[in-house]
Amino acid sequence: MILLKLTWYSLWNRRASLLLTVLSIAISVALLLGVEYIRKEARHSFMNTLSGTDLVVGARSGPIQLLLYSVFRIGNATNNISWDSYQHFARHRLVDWTVPLSLGDSHRGYRVLGTNNDYFRHYRHGDRQALALAAGKEFTGIYDAVLGAEVARKLGYQVGDAIVVAHGAGATSFTEHGNKPFTVAGILKPTGTPVDRTVHVPLEGIEAIHVDWKAGAPVPGFEVSAERAARMDLQPVAITAFLVGLKTRSAAFRLQREINDYPREALLATVPGIALAELWRAIGQFEVILRIITVFVLIAGLLGMLTTLLSTLNERRREMAILRAVGAHPRQVFLLFVLEALILAVLGTLLGAVLVMLGVQLAQPWVAAEYGLHLRSWLPQAGDGLLLLLVAGLAVIFSIIPGMIAYRRSLQDGLTVRI
Amino acid sequence: MNVIELRELRFRWPGQARAVLAIPQLTLQAGEHVFLRGPSGSGKTTLLNLLAGILKPQQGELHLLGQPAHRLRAAARDRLRADHMGVIFQQFNLLPYLSLLDNVLLPCHFSARRRQQAGNVQASARHLLAHLQLEPALLQRSVTELSVGQQQRVAVARALIGRPELVIADEPTSALDADSRDRFLELLFHEADAQHSTILFVSHDARIARHFPRVLELNEVNQA
Ligand SMILES: Nc1ncnc2c1ncn2[C@@H]1O[C@H](COP(=O)(O)OP(=O)(O)OP(=O)(O)O)[C@@H](O)[C@H]1O
Ligand SMILES: [Mg+2]
Repeated sequence: MILLKLTWYSLWNRRASLLLTVLSIAISVALLLGVEYIRKEARHSFMNTLSGTDLVVGARSGPIQLLLYSVFRIGNATNNISWDSYQHFARHRLVDWTVPLSLGDSHRGYRVLGTNNDYFRHYRHGDRQALALAAGKEFTGIYDAVLGAEVARKLGYQVGDAIVVAHGAGATSFTEHGNKPFTVAGILKPTGTPVDRTVHVPLEGIEAIHVDWKAGAPVPGFEVSAERAARMDLQPVAITAFLVGLKTRSAAFRLQREINDYPREALLATVPGIALAELWRAIGQFEVILRIITVFVLIAGLLGMLTTLLSTLNERRREMAILRAVGAHPRQVFLLFVLEALILAVLGTLLGAVLVMLGVQLAQPWVAAEYGLHLRSWLPQAGDGLLLLLVAGLAVIFSIIPGMIAYRRSLQDGLTVRI
Repeated sequence: MNVIELRELRFRWPGQARAVLAIPQLTLQAGEHVFLRGPSGSGKTTLLNLLAGILKPQQGELHLLGQPAHRLRAAARDRLRADHMGVIFQQFNLLPYLSLLDNVLLPCHFSARRRQQAGNVQASARHLLAHLQLEPALLQRSVTELSVGQQQRVAVARALIGRPELVIADEPTSALDADSRDRFLELLFHEADAQHSTILFVSHDARIARHFPRVLELNEVNQA
């Protein structure tokens, strides 16, 4: 007890120089906790890129590839699926709703997605959050476009602007559907998902801009005006993929098997959560490296503390002689250093936790406005208690060095006050 | 009872060829005030370290308050010191980060016996400080703001709290002028007598000898 009091007063007496030590421990702990937090948030937001959808269905390929092009809008589908197959499953008795997705075109590097207004009704991200419009409205005509937040922000579009869709997915596509421009009808709020980087148009719009095309190129001398095209039958022959919501979630695996075994077309149905987890495992290797780096930062912070402890050894020689004189055992002198390191480490860890908490609190509104990501507040968890133990343990191990030096010196010096 | 009893004691620092101390016989009785004079480097501090139980003699017997300190383990010798001895250094006696009162109370934290004997420790400390002419107003000050003479008197209070049987002082007056030195000795004697503590006072300064009823020359006691 007296040792704790002595340590505390002694530390307080040297607070100015020790503040830096505590701060350096705090920063390394904050870094460790912050990285852990970002890792969890990244995973959380990644796993919830698509929520509320029970199955994603496309032409037969791999589940990850299907997820990449249908949800992340990366790469291309190898095959389309027929409208008939889509209709078959859209009317299936287990199915509550479906959202068709038709990909293939782009606008200045952003993917154009053909769909219908059900998309805005059923697409969910994060904790089951629906899409919301920041401005304008959903599709009302076939040449309406609804822009993702990033598309509108980066390209400076507002409701009412005209945009021209290019054929293919390249950023510099030369073949444009110039004769049938779309009008920006609405702009979505940011979601922090690939939706932000998508131009949404009605399926009929996709059909309309392709009526005078064949095999990926305009048919020479055969041009259909936008008005005429709108009056034609624009039911698509094929789509790229579709999202399925079930009446009861437990039916997912049953319907999945049925789709995968569909005799008339080679289809693939995947449960998005499972495919997302698989994809995360593939790209999540960076986590390990981040962790290793932060552990080294922590060790560097504690080495700073060791340096401070060692540098105070000489000026504290007199202190040790006094304590020995009033009856302290060298073991107690040793303990003083361990206690000191322990207090510094605990203070540093607590301060580090406060830094992370404040940091997240400050970042929350900004990240929400800028990226549409709803960061969860940082709260200490059981795993963080383990971190506290790790820091304290390392601090104690490091303090053994100055503690032993002080121990040996106080044995030698005894009552001889050396300065 | 003999507070200190040495017989055929020899001590040699590790790595040195000859012994610093070789004392055939030395005895201090309870309540005595003994002045031990010796030139610089003669082994005064070494002897006090032995008496305090920090060093252990290589040969001979060292009895402290009837206990054979030469046979005790380090922890037991530390206990003996905490329970029965007060120590005053030449200077820098106080921990700068503790209050004046906490400095005085320090031995009570390391020894239950001294805590018990002090009774109400706070009152006991204030009482001692008052007797040592440290006015209560000083209690609020940081110990680093005290004069050297005041610091040394606080050290006396710390050495005497809890009525230890033996007070050992290693040149506590060497940083004081003649007036404050005499006053220091007067107060030390008075308080030590009040609680029947034995004093062993070492110094190289022969002028202090006249205050003491018993004076020893280390060079005569020590045959090394
Ligand atoms: N820790 C030590 N290790 C080795 N030798 C030591 C140690 N401390 C003291 N000595 C040696 O022991 C001898 C006596 O030293 P000591 O400090 O006891 O003298 P002293 O009488 O107290 O001198 P002073 O009046 O200057 O304080 C000296 O020769 C010194 O060099
Ligand atoms: Mg000396």
